[in-house]
Amino acid sequence: MAVDKSMQVLVVDDYSTMRRIIRNLLNQLGFANVDEANDGQQALGMVGTKKYGLIISDWNMEPMSGLDLLKGIRGGTNDNKAVPFIMVTAESKTENVILAKQAGVNNYIVKPFNAETLKSKIAAVIGDF
Amino acid sequence: MSQEATAFDDKHYDRTKVVQIVHSVIAKMEGLSGESLRTLTKELQDLVTAIERTKAELASARTADLGNKDVPTATDELDAVVDATKGATDSIMSACEAMEKMVMGRGDAIEQGIIGEVTKIYEACTFQDITGQRIRKVVSVLRQVEGKVGHLLETLGHTVEENQLAVQVEDNRTEEQKLMNGPQLPANAISQDEIDKLLASF
Repeated sequence: MAVDKSMQVLVVDDYSTMRRIIRNLLNQLGFANVDEANDGQQALGMVGTKKYGLIISDWNMEPMSGLDLLKGIRGGTNDNKAVPFIMVTAESKTENVILAKQAGVNNYIVKPFNAETLKSKIAAVIGDF
Repeated sequence: MSQEATAFDDKHYDRTKVVQIVHSVIAKMEGLSGESLRTLTKELQDLVTAIERTKAELASARTADLGNKDVPTATDELDAVVDATKGATDSIMSACEAMEKMVMGRGDAIEQGIIGEVTKIYEACTFQDITGQRIRKVVSVLRQVEGKVGHLLETLGHTVEENQLAVQVEDNRTEEQKLMNGPQLPANAISQDEIDKLLASF
């Protein structure tokens, strides 16, 4: 099935510059509908009110981390319970990746990353585009 | 575990416990006499000397400055680095976004080429996030050092008068070197306008 590039994408990161970079790269890939949140708590509120086709989130954020956001989404009753979730983080230890996988992450990108990596990981979770 | 051992655990140097140990040693001394008493007294005097020397070394190392001035200044400088790199990165991003808009829709090799190069710049800009995180880790470590030094000084009952330190620490820099303080934090700096006015006033 073809990927619907008009889907709503949520980018969560406490660094506004990083949100901007990911948004621009997504725009280049054809995803124009991008929302932003600056931490897990804000994102969780947004997830409760809108249907998303993809969430790309940092891990290390205050007051709510990306992992807690992921757990909140997977354990919640919202429309986004099964939304594809990609963690983009500088946390690159094995135990981090395992923990994220156990919480239900669909893919994991280590910062710094390049556009090709972002594209391939998105394709891996939502299909080729 | 003995009382002596618990006074110096990994994180705390409890002065009260040290005093308890001293009292315990004194109590044990009461049963001693002659050569044994003299030997133990001498060892205790050596211990006092060592503690005093350590306090003096801490004073000469300007540990009070470390907690009160050096570490806060260093953390402010590092925060300024993060802010400056963020500002620069945002400017670069804005320029890239403008270039993208200029070529968007051309559908030719120039558009492809520009977009490709802009993408490389976006990728390179991720450095700001990484360096920001690294610098914040350093700031966190500095604050821990600051806390531990403060606790150590408190435990040793260490108070150092500023004028004492001024006498102990010689500044061997030349007058020119004393003027070389590097980039200033925004709050401490004067603007280009102010510099222009200052120069014009001569």
